[in-house]
Amino acid sequence: MVPLQAYLTLAAFIFSCGLYGALARRNAIAMLMAVELMLNAVNINLVAFWRYGPNRDDLAGQTFAIFVIAVAAAEVAVGLALVIAIYRSRKTVYLDEIDLLQG
Amino acid sequence: MPELPVEIPIPTPHQAVFIMVAVATGVASLLVVTNRNLFYSALCLVGALFGVAGVYVLLEAEFLAITQVLVYVGAIATLITFAIMLTRGIMFGVTSPNNRHMFAVMAMALLVFLLVAGVVDRVPWAVAEDLTLSGDGKSMIVDLGWEFVTTYALPLELIGLLLLIALVGAVMLARDDE
Repeated sequence: MVPLQAYLTLAAFIFSCGLYGALARRNAIAMLMAVELMLNAVNINLVAFWRYGPNRDDLAGQTFAIFVIAVAAAEVAVGLALVIAIYRSRKTVYLDEIDLLQG
Repeated sequence: MPELPVEIPIPTPHQAVFIMVAVATGVASLLVVTNRNLFYSALCLVGALFGVAGVYVLLEAEFLAITQVLVYVGAIATLITFAIMLTRGIMFGVTSPNNRHMFAVMAMALLVFLLVAGVVDRVPWAVAEDLTLSGDGKSMIVDLGWEFVTTYALPLELIGLLLLIALVGAVMLARDDE
């Protein structure tokens, strides 16, 4: 078997990539993609802990991962709709140029 | 054959497949956040999501792997590609794809990774002794479906409502007003 630590380290790496992308990228769509990466990393952790935990007949880990996928789908739909709405009115998707609320 | 001074562990087939999937997923997710071209980023995201589905298969969560491919690769990646196409013209711009905090954020992300990896390495995880799964994959999917309509019936209804509201809201937001 692959040790549990290998899965957790992989998830930590994907999460860090997502963290960098979500904070450093200027494009709103690139930021949304990075958030998807972070959610996937968390899902890997949930499933790995289910698989290596003491009670594998309790499927709570997998159930929670499916709920996370559903919420991610809702998030990306609303996020992309916002991006398209902003692009239509402001002609930009760069996050540092969207400063309507800046005083 | 001469004796090597250190013993190199030979990976089992399972471990070898994991190493390949892990390296592919890691490289793809790194490319998602570093590629200048947003469209290539989206393609790398598809690769990374497929890699995560492979990780689920290795963890013997087959239903989740299929869900991953259907929802993420089938729907979310397509949606992102459409959004990139609709906001075209500025995505291959001459300006930098990263903001001015780029290097500070890079250092912070590296620090987070090293911190988490160090903690993961040191914690004595209470891993179960016997890792075999009871029943086959089919019975697990049946159990999963049963859990959704009994224990998690209310969360399932709420998530359905959330998806409905979010999608109607998304249509309202993206609609052209004229």
